[in-house]
Amino acid sequence: MTSISDPQTEWELAPPMSVRLRGMLRSTAKASKRDMVLAVSIIILLLGFFLALFGPTLARTDYERTDPINRMQGPSLDHWFGTDNWGRDVFDRTIVGTRLSFLVGFSVTIISTVIGVTVALIISYFRILDAIMMRFVDGFLAFPTILLALALISLIGPSIGNVIIALSITATASKIRLVRGAVLSLRESTYVEAARAVGVPVPRILLFHVLPNIVSIIIVQATFTLASAILAEASLSFLGAGVPEYVPSWGNIIATGQGYIQVGFHISFFPGLFLTVTVLAVVLIGDSIRDHLDPKLRGRLKTTAQ
Amino acid sequence: MTETLLKVEHLQTEFRTEGGVVKAVDDVTFEIKQGETFALVGESGCGKSVTALSIMRLIPNPPGEITGGSIEFDGENLLDLSDSDMRDLRGSKIGMIFQEPMSSLNPVLTIESQLAEPLKIHMNLSSKAANDRAQELIDMVGIPDSKTRLRQYPHELSGGQRQRIMIAMAMSCTPRLLIADEATTALDVTIQAQILDLMQDVTEQSGASLLIITHNLGIVARYADRVAVMYAGKLREVSDAPSMYANPLHPYTVGLLRSVPRLDSDKGTPLAPIAGEIPDLTNLPDGCAFNPRCKWAVDRCSNESPELSEISPTTQVACFEHSSVTLHA
Repeated sequence: MTSISDPQTEWELAPPMSVRLRGMLRSTAKASKRDMVLAVSIIILLLGFFLALFGPTLARTDYERTDPINRMQGPSLDHWFGTDNWGRDVFDRTIVGTRLSFLVGFSVTIISTVIGVTVALIISYFRILDAIMMRFVDGFLAFPTILLALALISLIGPSIGNVIIALSITATASKIRLVRGAVLSLRESTYVEAARAVGVPVPRILLFHVLPNIVSIIIVQATFTLASAILAEASLSFLGAGVPEYVPSWGNIIATGQGYIQVGFHISFFPGLFLTVTVLAVVLIGDSIRDHLDPKLRGRLKTTAQ
Repeated sequence: MTETLLKVEHLQTEFRTEGGVVKAVDDVTFEIKQGETFALVGESGCGKSVTALSIMRLIPNPPGEITGGSIEFDGENLLDLSDSDMRDLRGSKIGMIFQEPMSSLNPVLTIESQLAEPLKIHMNLSSKAANDRAQELIDMVGIPDSKTRLRQYPHELSGGQRQRIMIAMAMSCTPRLLIADEATTALDVTIQAQILDLMQDVTEQSGASLLIITHNLGIVARYADRVAVMYAGKLREVSDAPSMYANPLHPYTVGLLRSVPRLDSDKGTPLAPIAGEIPDLTNLPDGCAFNPRCKWAVDRCSNESPELSEISPTTQVACFEHSSVTLHA
């Protein structure tokens, strides 16, 4: 009976996300090779969470204490990741720095997603507002993220809050653009028209008919925002525009090690490794969610989920 | 004589496109009586769906706009209503079913929540009452196992079942008028008949009028009381269904009837397609828009556009030569 199979219809026929996510969880449990990647990524991210929550408690020394006699030591049983040019323990500083990376990453992701989605939903129904707002978005997106953040921070001063604000601005702009596009195309769909034809008011259409259909896009985009925000925070700290030097952050530990790269390779290496692994895990999770939620890959979903 | 429910007069709906202004609906006048089944027939792009959307006031603006005329529904001009009054009317007094049953249900919501929605909005039912009513509606449209169905998502239903759900949704608040815009076109022929029977049953039970929009003359013959034939944005012939079949008065109607196979015709007779193509709506031919394709066209047809005029109390036609037009040429 389902004789029509143009791409549009395929889209409409895709099962809702709750059903797809259920399938995804089931297939994760089966642990095929691709899902191993997802499982490992999730474990890495959970470990990261754990360090972010308990990092300072787990630190074996006072991570701010300098110990000039033991400076520039390589990895050993006493100092797993070695010590830096002031004799501070790199392992402790790295795991304490996790909190900052996660704090900035998740704050930026949550702020930009909430504001971005709200604004996009609203402006997609008001043509003039949309035209004005999108020019601002274009303006913000014209700047490279780091450059805009650097400029803002030199204007309002370096602090964790300001780093979050600076990074949220560009992240929000790109969210607005993405979600607006999705909403505009959904607005033309027959089921939105059908909802209007039974007299559903616009705010209700947006919240109950449009929003649930773009949740998958939002989730996937959020993972990429998370990864890029963590990277951007590290970059800002590396450039000295992020948090003050005494607060450990992956970025500024790498910056510290940069001057000693030939004698104390370990100082930059370990926080760099943490950064790389975390970002990779987040991106792989995002990829995996997208593959599972993308209706174009539905054929494969069926074979793995059923 | 029964009361008039819907009276469309001199309706004009235009779309501004890059190629110029398209008069998708041009001076359309017709009325639908209470409890009547009215069919609007024509080929793709002739303006029949735009007429339906104009009645619902769902024309996307821009680029579309209703530029003139009136749509009187139950004594009220719909074009004068405020947006929120119009929204209250949609779904409660006028229901509409769309062409694509595959895509007119929201894929992420359960059948129950979609069916219950208009009930909550228009009848202020509680969730519990609305859900109970939703189950009754599913039973009414003949879908078995209504309890399970309510919890399912649209992708778990077949096309015919989905169209039944759409009918249930459109009829949920017992509207006075049900508009079916090519509601059966995407379905199998066997399912088409079931869906049409169902639409007729539910509208008959509640005394509602039914506006069927279709390009399928077979549907018209079996279900419609009255028929309007539309071509290039204008109504060409309005008549009772039986008399239109027996004695079509407009050359386009004749063309439509002769291009459909009939059980009672000789097996050897080839079908007669209508020669030529649908005119470009931004650049209509002078005079009668049908004249380049018309067998009966005379000189006058390429200069003057015939108005819809009354031939008998039940029949109106827009053709200068209608007296010489016959089905069996």
